Amino acid sequence: MDLRLEVSERGGWSVVEVGGEIDVATAPRLREQLIALVNDQRYHIVVSLEAVDFIDSTGLGVLISGLKRVRTHGGRFVLVCTEPRILKVFEITGLLAVFNVCSSIEEAIVLEAEAAEEAP
Amino acid sequence: MTAPTAAAGDVVELELPARPEVVSVARLIIGALVAADPLFDEERSADLRLAISEACTNAIQAEMKRRGHDGPPDPEAAPIVMRCVLADGQIEVAITDHGGGFDPTGLEQHPEVTSPDRLNYEGGLGIPLIKMLADDLEFRSTDGGTTVVMRFEPRAPGLRPVIGSVNGSGAGTAQE
Repeated sequence: MDLRLEVSERGGWSVVEVGGEIDVATAPRLREQLIALVNDQRYHIVVSLEAVDFIDSTGLGVLISGLKRVRTHGGRFVLVCTEPRILKVFEITGLLAVFNVCSSIEEAIVLEAEAAEEAP
Repeated sequence: MTAPTAAAGDVVELELPARPEVVSVARLIIGALVAADPLFDEERSADLRLAISEACTNAIQAEMKRRGHDGPPDPEAAPIVMRCVLADGQIEVAITDHGGGFDPTGLEQHPEVTSPDRLNYEGGLGIPLIKMLADDLEFRSTDGGTTVVMRFEPRAPGLRPVIGSVNGSGAGTAQE
């Protein structure tokens, strides 16, 4: 059981870099981190799953919850993931249609900034 | 901990404490078993680890619910039992809990996964995931609990249609 969380700020975004395994034992830590950011009025969040070795439905549930919390405040919630094994879990659950998934933290921030400018 | 090994036709059965920390142990064990069978490639091994993680999570949460979610760990709590049978080029895994039983037909229905309302539900993905990853899935009522029996063949069961609705297969979750 291993979960690593690193939080940083980049250009107005909170970046949560997650490593290790996200399951029923470790997901509560990620949930608490996302709640803490929202409570701190950090509504633009990038969650990088690049160093995640495993995620199951409990982890997906925490990300769904994070997305909902951020949207409630008009914020943006973006995932970064390029690992096929992790992407497969999102794909077969249909969640690729729910989350905005980018290939790098930099891409996430740039694309979302552009999207925010174009938004009415 | 020494990971078990098994040859074709072997049966591996072990009891695990009904605590969240052991789900990763269950994944480790099934990964080691699958590694012993060259028919199962790395992608299929990942499928098994995910399905077993979901089944063990449900079993542990059923047991935790039975004794009260916020209660302290109960050393007398019934363990969950994981039984793996490798035979005829396939793997059958049965996870048994004593959490009071589970009716897979009585699960809460959720909105379509792409519906904004779906964000109101964190759960509901575990059993659909198992259904997609396993070649067969069966729920058996046991004395005071449930046994989930999953059968896996080496090749993934052709990507069945994306869930679209997580309830499209008629199941929700035992993780509510």
